[in-house]
Amino acid sequence: MSAREKILASLRSSLIGTTPITDPFDATLVDQPWRYSAAERVTRLKELMTAVHGEVHLTRGNQWPQLLSDLLAQRKINKLLIAPTTAHGQTFSAYCQVHHNPLQLLAYDRPIEEWKRELFDDVPASFTGTLAGIAATGTLVVQPSPAEPRLMSLVPPLHIALLHASQIYDNLYQAQQDWPKPMPSNLLLISGPSKTADIEQVLAYGAHGPKDLIVLIVEDA
Amino acid sequence: MNSQRIHAVDITARSIKANSRLSLKDQQLRNNMRSAMDSLISKRIISMPDEGERENLRELGNKVRASALSQLPDLLELLEANLIKQGIQVHWASTTEEANAIVLEIAKARNATQVIKGKSMVSEEMAMNEHLTEHGIEALESDMGEYIIQLDNEKPTHIIMPAIHKNAEQVGRLFEHRLALPYTDDVDSLIQSARGILREKFFHADIGISGVNFAVAETGTLLLVENEGNGRMSTTVPPVHIAVTGIEKVVANLQDTVPLLSLLTRSALGQGITTYVNMISAPRQPGELDGPEEVHLVLLDNGRSQAFADSELRQTLNCIRCGACMNHCPVYTRIGGQAYGTVYPGPIGKIISPHLLGLENTPDHPSASSLCGACGEVCPVKIPIPALLRRLREENVKSPSQQPQIMDGQGSRYSAKERLLWKGWQYFNSVPLLYKTGTFMATRFGGLTPKNLGPWTQHHSAPKPAARSLHELAKAHLEKKS
Repeated sequence: MSAREKILASLRSSLIGTTPITDPFDATLVDQPWRYSAAERVTRLKELMTAVHGEVHLTRGNQWPQLLSDLLAQRKINKLLIAPTTAHGQTFSAYCQVHHNPLQLLAYDRPIEEWKRELFDDVPASFTGTLAGIAATGTLVVQPSPAEPRLMSLVPPLHIALLHASQIYDNLYQAQQDWPKPMPSNLLLISGPSKTADIEQVLAYGAHGPKDLIVLIVEDA
Repeated sequence: MNSQRIHAVDITARSIKANSRLSLKDQQLRNNMRSAMDSLISKRIISMPDEGERENLRELGNKVRASALSQLPDLLELLEANLIKQGIQVHWASTTEEANAIVLEIAKARNATQVIKGKSMVSEEMAMNEHLTEHGIEALESDMGEYIIQLDNEKPTHIIMPAIHKNAEQVGRLFEHRLALPYTDDVDSLIQSARGILREKFFHADIGISGVNFAVAETGTLLLVENEGNGRMSTTVPPVHIAVTGIEKVVANLQDTVPLLSLLTRSALGQGITTYVNMISAPRQPGELDGPEEVHLVLLDNGRSQAFADSELRQTLNCIRCGACMNHCPVYTRIGGQAYGTVYPGPIGKIISPHLLGLENTPDHPSASSLCGACGEVCPVKIPIPALLRRLREENVKSPSQQPQIMDGQGSRYSAKERLLWKGWQYFNSVPLLYKTGTFMATRFGGLTPKNLGPWTQHHSAPKPAARSLHELAKAHLEKKS
């Protein structure tokens, strides 16, 4: 008998004569305590993200490319990994061209194996979109894709994410209702820059992932 | 690791009694544990200020887990079918030996020489690092806490905070000796040094290994929770990802993870959510530019089906591994995690380890508790830990031959002499004449009680019978009234 058969047979025999408990879920318990108005959603996400060392900037309509460009200049960052095939990637590269921004834009346009060293050692910042935000916990929902692969939000020391205020959900339960079906190969919830408290419970940021996370929240113009 | 560390507590010994005597004398350990546990206790309660919300959610958490367990074999099959459909390979292991063999086989097929590990308690259960090392494969921990204790040849002291028994100075000295870094006790610098070293390891690793927090049957999703990003690194950078988990970690659907996730991170760390929640449903797809080419899931039994067989003991498998029971345990806080000599310490360790290792190997674990009840009160999925400890004590003193055999190692504390003594005690208390005579003698000649009563008087003063029995006093009282 294979391990699989052995385990399943043992579990089945232990359940003989029992009735499965089905549908124990009560959505109000995970939804009701975490409801907000549209304005509260933005302020709460900002507050919680800031509390875990994330940096949040509110911006309107088409002003975000300038804000992004200014933030990078302030930090003296001269290279940015973007996804040129996405709408936000195109908007930003067009902005840089028009404004003669000397920023070097990099694209994640080949398999990781072909440029792993460069990504690990030579990319100071990345810029991605988000699928949604979650107000209750101060969270970004990020869906890696061929345009914005998994490591884009992980390896560079600075991750900048664009979030539309209208995409902020009250809580995880509500956000889940709109997730893609079937689930994508990878879906991430990101709530701040990487951190650890493994030494004496002293909080240190930049454990293995980004040391800094900047969120640009775009409100309707 | 070239030189073996000399442990204050021999972690290979499972004698919790002997280990405790040693660790209680370690004042540094006691200080480190006390301050860490106090801080975790207050963080948890600050993150759950609304009692109504908290208690309702615990109730829901309990129901969601109980429901999953009530259909466990079906959910495991559904999980397996969905994972396979999505390209994730599923392996089953009854024992840790089988699980290690599966991992080794995958590693050999890839000619792997370096493995990087995210945090996984099941891999600790398997002693996977030792197994891989024996076969010439480097297995390196990448969770900061796990990395620290691996450098010091230690085992985790806590399931969430493996190195919580060490202070910054001790970590600084360790890095100085083992990594030849200049000494510092600045936590930021220590973390940045480790980050630099481990980034190179992620870069070169052939295989990444992780645990699983929740396996979602309906969508075929492995959900991993972490703050550091090492879990994401381990499951994304190397070309192969192997997840190892216990068979009980499955839940029916995605919405079930909502209450469990909130309970887990708040109970464990007082965080509303961890920095990363990583949901993996497939290996790298055509067109995708990163992510592992191969993803494997190893489902491990290792005694869990034994706990599952008994409807009361089954509740042990509700556990979502938050560690709140140990943070609140007066015994754990004083003796530290290593004194348990088992992978899972603290109250949850005392009720799960007997199933993983057999009661004969953990005979004192069910008794190493004051039954104060704190663990049961904070458990996010309402495992009645004190009741299960009491139940294990019962299994522990049953006659080894008594049927049905519920557990391996049943009756490891059975003593015919003790059993006879209790039979006598029962008889004494159920025959009125004998009881009356006995209590009369005891009250009148109580002064003759010896000062030394064997093991009892090692830690207690000798019992001194009162001058009159309660029966006599009550009778006198009633007579006076009437």
